[in-house]
Amino acid sequence: MSAPAPRKPRWALRAAVAAAGVAALYAAGLGVQAGLIDYVQRILLISGINVILAVGLNLINGTTGQFSIGHAGFMAVGAYTAAFVGVHLAPHVAAALGAGGVADAVTFNLALLAGAALAGLTGVLVGLPSLRLKGDYLAIVTLGFGEIIRILFNNAQFLGGATGYSGASAAGLPPYTTFFWVFFWVIAVVTLIKNVTFSQTGRSLIAIREDEVAAEAMATPTTRLKVLAFTLSAATAGIAGGLFAHLQGGIRPDDFKFDKSIDMIVMIIVGGLGSISGAVIGGVFVAVSLELMRDLQQYRLVLYALLLVVIMLVRPAGLLGQRELGLEWFKRRRRPTESA
Amino acid sequence: MSLLALERVDKVFGGLRAVREVSFTVEPRAIFGLIGPNGAGKTTIFNVITGVYRPDGGRVLFDGQSVGGLDPASIATLGVARTFQNIRLFRAMTVEENVMVAGHKLHKAGLFSAIVRDAAYAEDERALAGRARELLEVLGLSQHIGDVAGSLPYGSQRRLEIARALMLAPKVLLLDEPAAGMNSAEAFELERQIRFLRDELGVTIVLVEHNMSVVMSVCDRIHVVDHGETIAEGSPAEIKVHPRVLAAYLGQEDEAAEARA
Amino acid sequence: MSEFFQQIINGLSLGSIYALIALGYTMVYGILKLINFAHGEVFMVGAYSGYYLATSLGVERYAQSGASFPLLLALLVLGLSMAIAAALGVTIEALAYRPVRKAPRLTPLITAIGVSLFLQNAGMLLFTPDPRPYPPILRELRFEVGGVIVTNIKLAIFVVAILLMVGLQLFVQRTWTGRAMRALSLNMDAARLMGIDVNATIRATFAVGSSLAAAGGILFGLDQITITPLMGVLTGMKAFVAAVLGGIGNIPGAVVGGLLIGLAEQLTAGYLSPDYRDAITFLILVVILVLKPEGLLGVVRQEKV
Repeated sequence: MSAPAPRKPRWALRAAVAAAGVAALYAAGLGVQAGLIDYVQRILLISGINVILAVGLNLINGTTGQFSIGHAGFMAVGAYTAAFVGVHLAPHVAAALGAGGVADAVTFNLALLAGAALAGLTGVLVGLPSLRLKGDYLAIVTLGFGEIIRILFNNAQFLGGATGYSGASAAGLPPYTTFFWVFFWVIAVVTLIKNVTFSQTGRSLIAIREDEVAAEAMATPTTRLKVLAFTLSAATAGIAGGLFAHLQGGIRPDDFKFDKSIDMIVMIIVGGLGSISGAVIGGVFVAVSLELMRDLQQYRLVLYALLLVVIMLVRPAGLLGQRELGLEWFKRRRRPTESA
Repeated sequence: MSLLALERVDKVFGGLRAVREVSFTVEPRAIFGLIGPNGAGKTTIFNVITGVYRPDGGRVLFDGQSVGGLDPASIATLGVARTFQNIRLFRAMTVEENVMVAGHKLHKAGLFSAIVRDAAYAEDERALAGRARELLEVLGLSQHIGDVAGSLPYGSQRRLEIARALMLAPKVLLLDEPAAGMNSAEAFELERQIRFLRDELGVTIVLVEHNMSVVMSVCDRIHVVDHGETIAEGSPAEIKVHPRVLAAYLGQEDEAAEARA
Repeated sequence: MSEFFQQIINGLSLGSIYALIALGYTMVYGILKLINFAHGEVFMVGAYSGYYLATSLGVERYAQSGASFPLLLALLVLGLSMAIAAALGVTIEALAYRPVRKAPRLTPLITAIGVSLFLQNAGMLLFTPDPRPYPPILRELRFEVGGVIVTNIKLAIFVVAILLMVGLQLFVQRTWTGRAMRALSLNMDAARLMGIDVNATIRATFAVGSSLAAAGGILFGLDQITITPLMGVLTGMKAFVAAVLGGIGNIPGAVVGGLLIGLAEQLTAGYLSPDYRDAITFLILVVILVLKPEGLLGVVRQEKV
């Protein structure tokens, strides 16, 4: 048996890399705020939020092959929870740590985690009964749940009902969402999803997608894993929701209609279902097209619609299929399936 | 005590009784053949044993424990592995990954380890990959390790299914028509591999197969079903000349099997 | 008590419209195992066709002079709208669904979502998002029977819906095409081997389903007074739930499901709260899929391993 790899150097090295990364990100954030116009900054931030949404959704739709089309509901849960928790937590944190940047950072991240946790819990509640269904039926029931969640928020008066929630002050929710935090969470979520995907768990998820009957026969706990993937993707949608809420300054149920779920589907279809790097590309694409066509909403949606149809007709695997982009292109040896 | 026992197992689909009161026992380290004309219910019996179907009557006992009604993953964990009549590989994954998927028992580190990529995780991956390569070597697939499973030739795909099933470290291996589509050279190699699995790895084998020369050559005992019912059981020599068996197959005996007798 | 009957009448008429649309969903799914997301938009196009046809035939002039729109012209509007919708349905099938018929189930699902999205927004661009008042193809007459208000429009909905559903039943049971449809839904390959023209039968299915949806659209417009390009989104979803409730692929199921959804919606709005009228349908969807996915009248199908 080989000697175990030395522990101390591994973690020390990782800590050093992480610290350097954080510093670089912080510097980049300052640079972005100083150097880029608001319009471009906004595109960057929305791209980041979209990447989190897309990479998370890709885990359940692409990697595990269980099609969920109501994910906007989880984003809503995360957004409302983060906003609500943030507003109510802020005074306590400020009292303990003194008002200022550090308190804000702590409040914000606690709020985001609360949003992720509640969104994940919702994912479990939705996933457990739903994931017994296959294909179209699963898609429809997730759509139904997404709408139910939105209607519940619409009728929740303590959260503002249809007019929405923007916290306690007239200025709206505190603008916690900055370049630094968005991309901090982008890196965290992408790393998390990447590590899950390229592991025994990830292999099992792909096996479930490829042939669930065979996966079960190979002792894979399919129900548990499907719920796990679903929950993870719901939780990451929750993070994205929290970031979104504090970018907009307020959220309304209408922000999370089926349209939002469709945006998410476009992100993963364009990039390629099953590819993490594809999800990144798709997320950026939707953000850019959203901003560029802000006054041309109908045309943007017509474009998305045509994209969906044309991609399905011509190249259903999307841009990258199940391949990943990067130095590992050749080492990875992942290729699009013949059947996709 | 027998390793696997079916006691008067029934399986009904709507109005069709696909399996009627089938009983047999499989001793440890046996190579047990299950044959019969097409549509006789052999794969259905496999599906009942592995938990894909719940038996409508009778019992399935594995290692003395009743497993009827358990889900397939639990039964696989207990030690029953199988291959499929219509090959069910994870086509988009590589050959090595296909085998590694079944390595749950070897994979002790949890999801958290995978997420933080600690030393325990790295060790597990090494162990899994190592074991997978060993099994692939046994089945003669070492040169295909990095290939995408869907691109393999047919015979290699069948052998890959066997390697994958072996990754479960099963006590019983159910092979569903492993020789289908093989030429006689490949089939002969398959016979050697089946005997190796039993002799060297101690795996008990239950074999559903249409290729009679393979069946007669490797099986210790053969159980014959037709229209879901048992019509005969015995040694290869007995089955070969059994009148009901011959009648069921409508005289379509394999001449090579006769020549060998 | 009369309040209750009022709700029942309203629920049944709304449900009849849902049933007409649900039939299209169920027939297509029965054969292709495809959820035709765009069906809701065909319903919308049917309604708008009725609008433009009636307007161009001068319905306004009749209304202004106090006379009712001639029945013959009303039927003409209905018939032409149904034909237009049928053409649209067949075109969608040919362009978007036929090329991906053999693909894994996910691909047609996405394609259908794409077509639906396209039609919604094309509709917004062509027809403008403003709600339009529906022309009085039938001039409204109200009766009061035992405290319950019944309009001739509600009666028309029942009559038209029943006639169309009976017509469909005869079509499916007695004609060659109808029998071909049933054969295809049971076993497409066997049907093909028996010499049935699969493509033509599928085209006919889309044509029939679309024309029923168009009729539903016109009736909806008369009943609900205004139409918008997005009317097909929510109503289409509800009709789909109705099809699932009754058992997707099952024609009588679509009728039963439609009526039940209509009643549930109306009773919820009347006795619980109007805010939840849409939620109840989604709740029913979730409950039926979790408890009995094959629907009330459907049959469980075993997967062969």
